This record gives sequence, C-alpha cells and structure tokens, in this order.
Amino acid sequence: MPFSKVSGRNNAHKVVVYALSTCVWCKMTKQFLKDNNVEFEYIDVDLCEEKEKARIREELQSRSGGLSYPTTIVDDKIVIVGFKKDKLKEALGI
Amino acid sequence: MTEITIETVLKRAEADARTYGYYLNPDPELLQGLLEGLKVNEERYGYPSCPCRLASGKFEHDRDIICPCDYRDPDVAEFGACYCRLYVSKEVFEGKKEPPTVPERRPLEKQSRAYLATSELKAETVEMQKVLTGKDTAKVVEPKPKLWYCKQCGYVVFRDEPPYICPICKAKREMFAEIKTLIEFVV
Ligand code: SF4
Repeated sequence: MPFSKVSGRNNAHKVVVYALSTCVWCKMTKQFLKDNNVEFEYIDVDLCEEKEKARIREELQSRSGGLSYPTTIVDDKIVIVGFKKDKLKEALGI
Repeated sequence: MTEITIETVLKRAEADARTYGYYLNPDPELLQGLLEGLKVNEERYGYPSCPCRLASGKFEHDRDIICPCDYRDPDVAEFGACYCRLYVSKEVFEGKKEPPTVPERRPLEKQSRAYLATSELKAETVEMQKVLTGKDTAKVVEPKPKLWYCKQCGYVVFRDEPPYICPICKAKREMFAEIKTLIEFVV
C-alpha cells in the first residue's frame, strides 16, 4: 500500500504521518491537518502488506526510536509521536 | 458467534471499568472512535486487540494487547489513563486532572513481532511452544502464573503478577500474597 496524499494550501513543509486505520489518535491527527489545510501524506500500517511492514518498521524505528502511532515527521527531521497539537502547530508554523 | 456491535464492545468495556473501579473516556467522540477501533480489530483478528497498537494477527503474540491489555493497570495507576485513554481514573474522568501522553509500556521486542512475515512468526511460535511445553527448559522467559490472594477480602486470582487493585474490595497490590500451598489431588 503506497502513501496516500491529502492536498492542502499549506504545502511549505513535507509532512508524513505513520498511522493505524483503527487508531482514534491517528484519525485526530489527520483531521487536525485537514482542518488546517496542511498538505500531507499518510500510511495506515495495519493495512499494509507484510513486506512493506518490515520496511516501515526499520524506517520508523531509526527515525523515532520506537514504533508508536501516530508518528508525524515534518521535513524529514522533526519527529512528533502521538497527537500533539502544540508540537504540530509549532513545527508547521500554523 | 454473536454479531459484534459498538453496543457489545461498549457493554464489555463498561462492565470491566466497573469491576476495576475505572471510568471510560468522558469525551463522547473519542470514546466512539476507540470503540470502533476495537470492533474493527475484533472482526479482523477474532479478538479485540488494542486499537492504538499494531497487532500481528497471531493470538499468542497479541495476547498482551487484547483489551483490556496487560499494561492498563500500571498505566492508569501511574498516568491516570491507559495508553489509548479508553480507561481513565476517577480524577481524569471528573476533569480534575489532565493525563499526560501515556508512553508505550509494551516492550519494543514484543511490538516488533507485528512486523515479521508470517513465515518468521511461525518459527518464533515453534520456539515459544518449546518454552511453554518445557521441552527446552533453558529458554524459559515468560513468567509463570501463580495463585494470589487478597489479604483484605480473600479474593483469589491465577495470573503472572498480582493485580494492581483488588477487583472486589479495591485493596492495593501490596495486599496480595502468593498462595504457595501445594494442592494434592487424591484419586
Ligand atoms: S491501552 Fe487501553 S484501549 Fe488499548 S488495549 Fe489497553 S486498555 Fe484497551
């Protein structure tokens, strides 16, 4: 399953959300970004194929040190674990 | 099997909260989202694994994250909420305390199993069975369940560690003692 893209007017930053389709905090993160018109990509890891999961695990673990959802990565460097409005706002300048 | 509905998932969570003296998240939108996640997982895997964690789909590897998960009691005790915030303490329910983000307590090595391919998981399962059947005693890693009794009310439970709170009289964990008596069966 590839990343899904949500377009928005706020597209100055590269925003990637690692999520689970069953997780309410992931839903809230996606909704928050949509409400603020932020362009982002997301992937629902529970719906991915086996091969992809292994790849995601490496990626997530090397970047965030854990495997928690949602994990939002802004511009390949700021890592936000969990739904944290303030941190998201700060990182995105909104 | 009876049909899984939001209603059945809610009833079970409510009953469990009552037993342990917890409350369900007071935010109706959040609660609905959490229950929906549990319902999807129960339909998908056959057991309601934690909606905020990735399950492997293999019961023996997901056992600890079947809701209510093994991490709920220590998390509610320490932070006032479980990892997903489905279960909260009285203070949090009444709005007297805002819980911090609850960090993941589940060991990373257990989380990692959900990312293994089915073939790799099978190999692990065989290893685990060896451990459980005692064929390979050198590898015993899982704690063994024991009998615990509540010194305050006499409640008895069979599990790895004593409960954090007695479900009957609400005594703290310290009130639990292990029952070491050997029960012999006379044939
Ligand atoms: S963290 Fe909460 S919702 Fe998730 S499995 Fe544990 S008790 Fe259930």
